[in-house]
Amino acid sequence: MVYSYYPGCTLKTKAKELDRYGRNSAKALGFTLEEVPEWQCCGGVYPIAKDEIATKLPSIRALASAKEKEQILVTLCSACHNVLKQVNHDMRTEEEIIRNANNYLQLEKPYRGETKVLHFLEVLRDEIGFDELAKKVVNPFKGKKIGAYYGCLLLRPGKVLQMDDPENPKIMEDFIRAIGGEPIIYSMRNECCGAYTCIDDKKLANDRSGEILKDAAEHEVDCMITACPLCLYNLNHNTDAYEVPIYYFTELLAESLGVKEQGDECIE
Amino acid sequence: MNALNNEDRKQQILDISGVNVKKCMHCGKCSATCPAYDEMEYHPHEFVSMVEKGEIEPLLKSKSLYRCLTCFACVERCPRGVEPAKLIEAVRLSVIREQGNDYMKPEKVTEVLDNSMPQQAIVSAFRKYRK
Repeated sequence: MVYSYYPGCTLKTKAKELDRYGRNSAKALGFTLEEVPEWQCCGGVYPIAKDEIATKLPSIRALASAKEKEQILVTLCSACHNVLKQVNHDMRTEEEIIRNANNYLQLEKPYRGETKVLHFLEVLRDEIGFDELAKKVVNPFKGKKIGAYYGCLLLRPGKVLQMDDPENPKIMEDFIRAIGGEPIIYSMRNECCGAYTCIDDKKLANDRSGEILKDAAEHEVDCMITACPLCLYNLNHNTDAYEVPIYYFTELLAESLGVKEQGDECIE
Repeated sequence: MNALNNEDRKQQILDISGVNVKKCMHCGKCSATCPAYDEMEYHPHEFVSMVEKGEIEPLLKSKSLYRCLTCFACVERCPRGVEPAKLIEAVRLSVIREQGNDYMKPEKVTEVLDNSMPQQAIVSAFRKYRK
């Protein structure tokens, strides 16, 4: 299966591992991620305003590109996933945005939200199947207590993203089981890490990430996994001295599949 | 500073957000679940009630505008579908869309930048704090 792939700005720079381990794993699992040509940055956060078109255009261009190729659009970054799905929802439901965006873009055929967007985790669950993934695992994380950290951007708003139950998700726990680990449930797993306030208000970001780490540490996790570069940053930069290692979920996936050490040759 | 009168400002905020403030039943769940609660002078439920009452001036001046994390917790958990985060966004935009009102200057980024800060943090802050 070939998918359109939207890496996003951070996966080309500070989160190259999230991307590389994801691509290595995709190859090992038998699917291809074909990068959207000339993709532009999604902007990191969904532009909420009903009267903004320009801030939604990078997403719409990527969505329309996937539609042209008749492919599902796949992302790895939580933020890109959130922005693409929310903008796509606008392009299905908000007539004024649909009209103005199409009027500007002048595509051959108007774009009206036809593309299906999937997060990489959804590809594993819905396209590959966690049972099939489990069969391909060569280095299972036996006995490892792993805390899934969802944050906000994978789950909310639940009605729009439709990835999982936003209050009681299980996709990452099922993923952890598939790679042989033991998922640990803790209540802060779907609360916010402080996000972009690390630029403006370090205390807020530190307080939020501290609450999450405290909860995970109290549940005695060996490590945590995330799909979000900003969550990883905020958790790693927390100053409360919790010694919980945090990994991109693709790193553990690649390790479990025995393809972690493969180099950049997988990158097309 | 205010080019718009209060009524026009209120209408602008309602239009940008698409929020119907009259749906709110004042249960306070949005503020109870807000991860930035401690850092806010005005909390999500107050944004809703103050915009409804037309008490917008204090909101325009408040740093609370820049504490919202856009985590959508209030959007998800509001039993009436009011979606307070959309209203906070609209008030913020009502301020920063006016010339000279950017909350963050690009120089600020170079001050706080470190080797591991992801681009995602920077582009997000630019989207939220300036126009």
